Amino acid sequence: MSDLRELYQEVILDHSKHPKNYYKMPDATHVAEGYNPLCGDHFNIYLKVEDGIIKEISFEGSGCAISKASASIMTSIVKGKSIEEVEHIFNQFHSFITGKVDKNFDPNSLGKLAVFTGVSEFPVRVKCATLAWHTLINALENNSEVATTE
Amino acid sequence: MNNSKKIAVNFNAQKIREDFPILNTRVRGKNLIYFDNAATTQKPSCVIERIKKYYEHENSNVHRGVHYLSEIATHEYENSRETVKNFINATSTEEIVFTRGTTEAINLVAYSFGKTFISEGDEIIITEMEHHSNIVPWQLMCEDRKAKLKILPFDDNGELILDEYEKLFNEKTKLVSVVHISNSLGTINPIKQIIDIAHSYAIPVLIDGAQSIMHSKIDVQDLGCDFFVFSGHKVYGPTGIGVLYGKKELLDQMVPYQGGGDMIKSVTFSKTIYNDLPYKFEAGTPNIAGAIGLKSALEYLTNIGIEQISSYENELLIYATEKLSQIPQLKIIGTAKEKGPIISFILDNIHPHDIGTILDYEGIAVRTGHHCTQPVMEHFKIPATTRASFSFYNTKEEIDFLFEGIQKVIKVFS
Repeated sequence: MSDLRELYQEVILDHSKHPKNYYKMPDATHVAEGYNPLCGDHFNIYLKVEDGIIKEISFEGSGCAISKASASIMTSIVKGKSIEEVEHIFNQFHSFITGKVDKNFDPNSLGKLAVFTGVSEFPVRVKCATLAWHTLINALENNSEVATTE
Repeated sequence: MNNSKKIAVNFNAQKIREDFPILNTRVRGKNLIYFDNAATTQKPSCVIERIKKYYEHENSNVHRGVHYLSEIATHEYENSRETVKNFINATSTEEIVFTRGTTEAINLVAYSFGKTFISEGDEIIITEMEHHSNIVPWQLMCEDRKAKLKILPFDDNGELILDEYEKLFNEKTKLVSVVHISNSLGTINPIKQIIDIAHSYAIPVLIDGAQSIMHSKIDVQDLGCDFFVFSGHKVYGPTGIGVLYGKKELLDQMVPYQGGGDMIKSVTFSKTIYNDLPYKFEAGTPNIAGAIGLKSALEYLTNIGIEQISSYENELLIYATEKLSQIPQLKIIGTAKEKGPIISFILDNIHPHDIGTILDYEGIAVRTGHHCTQPVMEHFKIPATTRASFSFYNTKEEIDFLFEGIQKVIKVFS
């Protein structure tokens, strides 16, 4: 079970069972929808952005443990960050999880996102871990298309 | 599920397994347990060897050259058609059209039957449990011909509501297209009854046999169906080859699906004369190796005995259903009385993709998702299920591992 625990770390299980910032925000300045029809992961991301800073973020929806935990952890990371910082974190995370970083890359430099190290071993599950992030980027860019990572 | 079916006590699955080299694969340090047979079946050595032999010694184009190899390739390709004809008991090889698979066969009928017989306001009957490949081709055709789709619903056990069926017929009805065994629910539909009722209104019926061809004896003459379609890769043959059986009188009247070489008798810029059946529907160089591999697969099944296979797989279904029903958090989706060896299930608060990944850690291959039957998922208000589908090379011991694997899933998420 050791491998399994690497993918489904306690942190991931906790976030999926008790997601943070899990609510609908009625007065959001930015909203976007993310949907992976093949697996049914479906989330809405809500943001309050002031002066280029994410003041508040929340999400709601349903999906697998990986996608839900990723959305939950993402909301706790990006709160208070500037749009540029968020884009930088996303790019780093995306390169890491899709295996596009070199061997010396230290996952711990990603902070809380390091818990998704196990996911990078499962190409078919990478889409679960990145759905919320793609949705967030769409929200920030006021892109009204439904985000998908399938 | 039919408990009264004879149990194949003497069926030697262990011996059968030796015929399938891929079953020796190790997955993450565990023995592979392949329960995704409804998606595609594994190939016995005889099929793999036959394709190898074709490419090493017989490869050539068919129906064209006068040379030695072309003669052999043509002979073997047409022999395959003969084997398919016998396997489903068609009356003539003219009624056997090779396609890329079930999907292409349905598209062929939707296009050609549609162009020939369907006009504005006409209606096609399908069911709520169809695979997308028996929905979308009809939608495309209906859009083109300004026709309508009528949907026969199923109940919460996954059984078609036959009382509703006859009500769907009227003077506009032109065709019924129904799945034999549902790929997501496992339901075996009463197709004989469905065909007889349609025929009492003189309406032809297409049977989607993608999930039945490998589990039960198909006799198209006994069924009386007008079209029967299946894929080679789900019946232990190669991918990229499939079959459309169609009654000659219908195929004769239908316009060609694709134009090209092989489907013509003569071509001039003023007039092209189409070839005879079945070649009229086989434009371009066909999947010769695929057809030859399919022949080998069908002969392999015939040697084992399709009735033997059917009763052993039913035994696995009964065993697995009883075993999985012991798990209180587990709910089986699709509880029809008559089922093929397919079990779809959901677990309380655990997403099928997490179940699939954890079972994969145990070396167990299952399918997770909507199984290309989104209307079925919509019926049960669920996004997806986990599906285990069994073949005659599976064993009860493997089902025990699945049972333990599901317990592990529950433990991880407890």
